[in-house]
Amino acid sequence: MRKIVTSVIAGIGLALACGTSVRAQDKELTIFWAEWDPANYLQELVNDYTAETGVKVTVQTTPWPDFQTKAFTEFNAHGDAYDMVVGDSQWLGAGSTQGHYVDLTDFFNQHKLGDVMAPATIKYYAEYPGGSGKYWAIPLEGDAIGWSYRKDWFEDPKEKEAFKAKYGYDLDIPKTYAQLRDIAEFFHRPDQKRYGVAIYTDNSYDAMAMGVESAIFSYGGDLGDYATYKVDGIINSKEAVAGLDMYKELYKFTPPGWGKTFFVEDNQAITGGLAAMSMNFFAFFPPLVNKATNPYADVTGFFANPAGPDGKRFAALGGQGISVVSYSKNKDEAMKFLEWFIKDETQKKWAELGGYTCSQAVLKSEAFQNATPYNKAFYDTMFMVKDFWATPEYAEVLDQLNQNIYPFVVGGKGTAQEALDKTAADWKATFTKYNRYK
Amino acid sequence: MASVALTNLDPASRAAARGWSDLTIRNMFIIPTLVFLIVFNIFPLIYSLGYSFTNFAANRSEPWQFVGLQNYRELLSDDHIWSNFVITAKYVIVSVAGQMIVGFGLALLLNRSFPMKGLITTLLLLPMMMSAAVVGLFWQLLYSPSWGPINYVFGLGDFAWLSNPDSALYAVAITDIWMWSPFVMLLSLAGLSAVPQHLYEAAAIDRASWWYTFTRITLPLVSPILLIALIFRTMEAFKTFDIAYTMTTQPTAELIAIRLYKQAFQQWDTGKSCALAYIVLIMVLAITNLYVKYLNKVKER
Repeated sequence: MRKIVTSVIAGIGLALACGTSVRAQDKELTIFWAEWDPANYLQELVNDYTAETGVKVTVQTTPWPDFQTKAFTEFNAHGDAYDMVVGDSQWLGAGSTQGHYVDLTDFFNQHKLGDVMAPATIKYYAEYPGGSGKYWAIPLEGDAIGWSYRKDWFEDPKEKEAFKAKYGYDLDIPKTYAQLRDIAEFFHRPDQKRYGVAIYTDNSYDAMAMGVESAIFSYGGDLGDYATYKVDGIINSKEAVAGLDMYKELYKFTPPGWGKTFFVEDNQAITGGLAAMSMNFFAFFPPLVNKATNPYADVTGFFANPAGPDGKRFAALGGQGISVVSYSKNKDEAMKFLEWFIKDETQKKWAELGGYTCSQAVLKSEAFQNATPYNKAFYDTMFMVKDFWATPEYAEVLDQLNQNIYPFVVGGKGTAQEALDKTAADWKATFTKYNRYK
Repeated sequence: MASVALTNLDPASRAAARGWSDLTIRNMFIIPTLVFLIVFNIFPLIYSLGYSFTNFAANRSEPWQFVGLQNYRELLSDDHIWSNFVITAKYVIVSVAGQMIVGFGLALLLNRSFPMKGLITTLLLLPMMMSAAVVGLFWQLLYSPSWGPINYVFGLGDFAWLSNPDSALYAVAITDIWMWSPFVMLLSLAGLSAVPQHLYEAAAIDRASWWYTFTRITLPLVSPILLIALIFRTMEAFKTFDIAYTMTTQPTAELIAIRLYKQAFQQWDTGKSCALAYIVLIMVLAITNLYVKYLNKVKER
C-alpha cells in the first residue's frame, strides 16, 4: 500500500515538474480588455504575432460594467494575471501615479511615436499628467462620440418639404446642435412609434457624462482647468449650462423609458426603427452597416458631432491605449510585442480588421476613409476630441457629476445652473480632499 | 478535563463503530469549520472595523492615516447618504409588507385540499429559485414602455416605470414582491398545517365566525413563524443590491447597498465604505433585535 502511495505521489510530482518546464519554454502574454467587437479584432491581429514569433498572445475580456472594477482589483492586489491592459483614458492618472503602469516615455521617444499617432490620441490616451512629456500607454483604439441617422427619413422629399416649411431651412445632416434639436423635434412622432433622437442616459459609469460633455464642449464650455484643478466658473459657466440645457432638451425627443441607456439601447434605436438619429461611440457602428444585425443597414448614415452656437465643435473621447502592467512577469516580452504593434504594417492590418487605428498615416489614407460609411466621420472627429478628467480620483468626480445631472436631465428636477453649481462645489471639495490646490 | 467530558459518544453510532472518538470528530469537523469561519468571516469583519477609522483607499499605494471618527461623522452628515437610507426604508416597508400580504394570502388559499395542489405549490415557488440578476433583467423587459407586456395588459401606454423617478423604486419593489412572496408563502404553509385541526372543529361547533376563527386561532398560532419570515425578509430587503442594480439607475431608487458598492468598488474609498458598511450592519442588527424581542414575547403566550 505504502509503495503504491509513494509511486502515485512521485508520478504527480514528475507530471508537475514536466508541466512547469514545458510552460517555461512556451512564452505567453495576456492582454486584458472589455468584451466587445474590437477585442475580437485584436485577438485576430495578435494571432499573426504568434505565427511570427511563437509567443502565444491571449486577449482576455470582461463585460463593460465590470471592466474598471476587475482591472483595478487586480492592480490593487499587485496581481500578474495580465501582462498588458487596454485601459480607459481616465485610468491614466491612477495607473501612473499608483505604479500600476510601466513608464513608456523612453519607448515613446525612441520610436518617435509623437509623429506616428494622431496628436489627440497621444494627449489623452498616453500622456499623464497633461503636458508633462511622460507617457504610460500606446494609443490602440481610437474612439469618440458620433452619430448615426436614417438616410431614408432625411431624404424623403415629402419630409424635406414639410421640414423646410416649418423651420425655414433644408433638412440635412445637422451642422449645429440647434439644427439637431429641430430635426429631433420634427421626427418625434410618438403616435407613429417614431422618435426624434437616442442619447446616452445611463449613469452607472461614464455613458451619460460622455453625452453631456460632448454638448458642453461644443457650446464652448469646459469641465475645468485640468492643470490647476480650477472648476468654479468653468463647469458652471454660462456656456456649460447652455450645453447641459441642450442635452436636457434632446431628452424630450427620445423614445419612452429612455432613462438607462448606453451603446446597446442607442444601436437598438436604429436597428429597431425607433429613432431618426442616435448618438454612439464609433466602435459600436460596425453592426449598423451589417444587414444581418440592422435591417436598415442600407439606409443608415453617419455624421460627426455638430457644432455649438459659436461654431466650436468637439466630441467626447472614448478609446483606449495599451499599457504594460508593472506587476507582470513578462515585461520584456510585452515591450517586444509593443514594438511589433506600432509597425505601420501592423497598424494597417489593425484598421483592415475593424480596429480604429490611431496611426496618422493610416487615418489619412484614402483606403481607410472609404473603407466604411463611418470612417470619414471618424477621421473628422479624431481631430476635435476632448476628454473627461484623468486624475486618480476621476471615479469620484464622475459619480458626483452623475448624481447632479441625472436628476435634472431624466428626472426634470431643478435647473442646469443648479446642477452644475452643485457639481462645481462637489468637485472643489473632492480636489481639496486630495490636496490638488497647493 | 474537557476531553473526559467529551467521550460520551453513542456506542451504537457509525462513528463509534469506526473507532472514532468525540475528539476525532471535533478535530475533523468542528475545528476546520471554526478556522474557516474565523479566517473568512470574523477576521475580515474585525479588520474592516479597523479600516473604518482610517482614510485607507485600496487603489492607492500612499500610506493611510488614522482619522478617528471622521468617516462616520462625514457619512452621517451627508445628505446623499440620508436620502439613500430614506429610499431603503421606503423600499423595505413596501416590499416586505407586500410579500407578507401576498405570501400569507397565497398560503391561506393553498391550505386546503384540491386537485394538483402539489404541482401548483411547486410552480408558485419558481420565482424564488431564479437568480436575482436574471429576474431584474427579465422584469426590465416586462416593464419596457415600447414592447413590455405590463403596459399593454393594463393599457398604460408609454408609462416608463423605470425611467420615471417617482415610480422606479416601487417598480423594483413589485419585482421583489413577485420574487420573494413564495418564500413567505412556504413558511406560512408550514405554520398553517401545524395548527391542530381540533381547534377549528371546536370553533365550528361554537359557530364562531370566519373572522373570529382567523384572528383568535389561525393568526396567533402562525405568528411566530410569520415573524421569522418577517425577520428574514427585512434583513434581505435591507441589503438588496442585485435586482435594483440591474433594473434602474434612477437616483430615486439608489438603495444603500448600491451606494456602498459605488463607494467601495468604483471610487475605491475603502475606509469610508467600511464605515458605511458598519452603519448598515448596526441598523440591521437593531431592527432584527427588535423583532427577536417581539418574537420571544409571542412565543411566551
